[in-house]
Amino acid sequence: MYPTRFNYESPKSIAEAIALLHQGGGEAKILAGGQSLVPMMRLRFAAPEMIVDINNIPGLDYLTVDADGTIHIGALCRHSDLEKSSLLMAHQPTMAAAAPVIADPIVRNRGTLVGSLCHADPQGDWSSVMMALGGIVVAQGPNGRRSIPAADFVKGPFQNMLAFDEIAIEAIVPAPKGIPNGGYLKLERRVGDFATAGVAVAVESSQGLIIRAGIGLTGVGGSTINATAAAQSLVGAPLTAGSIAHAADLAAQAAQPRSDHRGSASYKRQIVKTFVVRILSGVVESMERAA
Amino acid sequence: MSESIGNEMYTLRINGQDRPVVDAWVGESLLYVLRERLELPGAKGACEQGECGSCTVLMDGDAVCSCLVMAATAVGAEIVTVEGLIEKDPSMAATAEVIASQITDVQQAFITEGGVQCGFCTPGLIVAVHHLLDKNPDPTELQVKESISGNICRCTGYGRIFAAVEAVVQVRKASR
Ligand SMILES: Cc1cc2nc3c(=O)[nH]c(=O)nc-3n(C[C@H](O)[C@H](O)[C@H](O)COP(=O)(O)OP(=O)(O)OC[C@H]3O[C@@H](n4cnc5c(N)ncnc54)[C@H](O)[C@@H]3O)c2cc1C
Ligand code: FES
Ligand code: FES
Repeated sequence: MYPTRFNYESPKSIAEAIALLHQGGGEAKILAGGQSLVPMMRLRFAAPEMIVDINNIPGLDYLTVDADGTIHIGALCRHSDLEKSSLLMAHQPTMAAAAPVIADPIVRNRGTLVGSLCHADPQGDWSSVMMALGGIVVAQGPNGRRSIPAADFVKGPFQNMLAFDEIAIEAIVPAPKGIPNGGYLKLERRVGDFATAGVAVAVESSQGLIIRAGIGLTGVGGSTINATAAAQSLVGAPLTAGSIAHAADLAAQAAQPRSDHRGSASYKRQIVKTFVVRILSGVVESMERAA
Repeated sequence: MSESIGNEMYTLRINGQDRPVVDAWVGESLLYVLRERLELPGAKGACEQGECGSCTVLMDGDAVCSCLVMAATAVGAEIVTVEGLIEKDPSMAATAEVIASQITDVQQAFITEGGVQCGFCTPGLIVAVHHLLDKNPDPTELQVKESISGNICRCTGYGRIFAAVEAVVQVRKASR
């Protein structure tokens, strides 16, 4: 099917793009990688009157790390840039684990992390990763910039917190206070499929104690789930078989899966539990190796 | 100000040539423009949802689904389609023998190893395999499987496609 007709704009600066969105009065949409928007338009789930293509705005494709460890991911940083990054491999295990399991390699060459957050698909992998990491989305509109925590950024299925004339400029992972550790596990029916269930775990440790923890769940609810009780149960103590099992139970309780063609609700809940145990057991091993 | 392109002329850079696209709506996909406006029917349209990879082309050196790239976004990029992988001699008529003498080693290996049945997935796979071997001349089996995991084939069961890739790797290694 063909998408409905729209006007195509290709601004050369962020300010111009914002002006176009403002002018569009809610009927304009940003085009980043197009790997979610174009399929939606072709199915006519989306029918914007104006497309604001940001691919020709220079300087948005960055992935940088500040001296203190803060990570910045620009709006045009593609999944494949993140997958290839030795920087993430060395410093951010949760992101490094997630990048290669998003879609397939051809889709990863175009799709962006920030676009994925904006798309707010309950099945999207980056939203749960950013929730687990306590990430931030930086939005810019006619009145300047503001920071929105990733945990608040998703309003519901396919709904984010941006105003109609705001652009998400970058995503930020705040500087860790301890040693970052964690992982991402995703069950998919075949390579390139969306998650049956996915679990993102990010912890920071200092002197053998967990000082910060975040757990995000993919595909087991109407939107991405922030398993805060599960994560909080880990903080202030060392990781033990008992504490891991307890957190896994709490994460499974936080999940709100529905039975569908990918699996039954109880199966998905069981996957969440198993994945939390697997990731945290891996963390214990790597902490032992480092000690 | 921003460039607003309506039903105007724009130029795409495809297989090393500037190809003007006249009186076309810019919202068309790159795949549509290649096939329906520029007489480059190599890339195939099947799902038009990014799922199958039959429309794979190279865009600035990266394999992408041309069905999910708007033609307007491709302005300024170097596009290579399956047709562009062959260095054609325009002075020769396109007889079966001439074409056979011009195909790439990857294409030949797909034929020799039986990696083509209905052939619908083949152009996308040929592009994806060229792309893989350009970046990684000696991939592991897992890397081969991973790199073509976005290209779906309903006929071959993939075994003969992996065999074709392996054959090319061995021949290229021997001639290095
Ligand atoms: C076959 C296939 C399989 C896939 N599998 C997975 C998967 O397993 N896991 C997964 O997480 N994703 C998957 N995806 C989706 C993919 O990751 C997309 O790249 C991602 O969801 C959207 O990023 P994009 O850059 O392509 O955004 P686009 O498609 O360009 O945009 C998506 C939405 O976000 C908005 N938007 C984008 N960027 C901005 C911005 N900077 N500011 C404001 N709004 C913005 C757009 O207006 C649009 O509404 C798959 C896609 C395909 C085609
Ligand atoms: S037609 Fe483009 S991926 Fe299927
Ligand atoms: S040969 Fe028929 S789909 Fe691959």
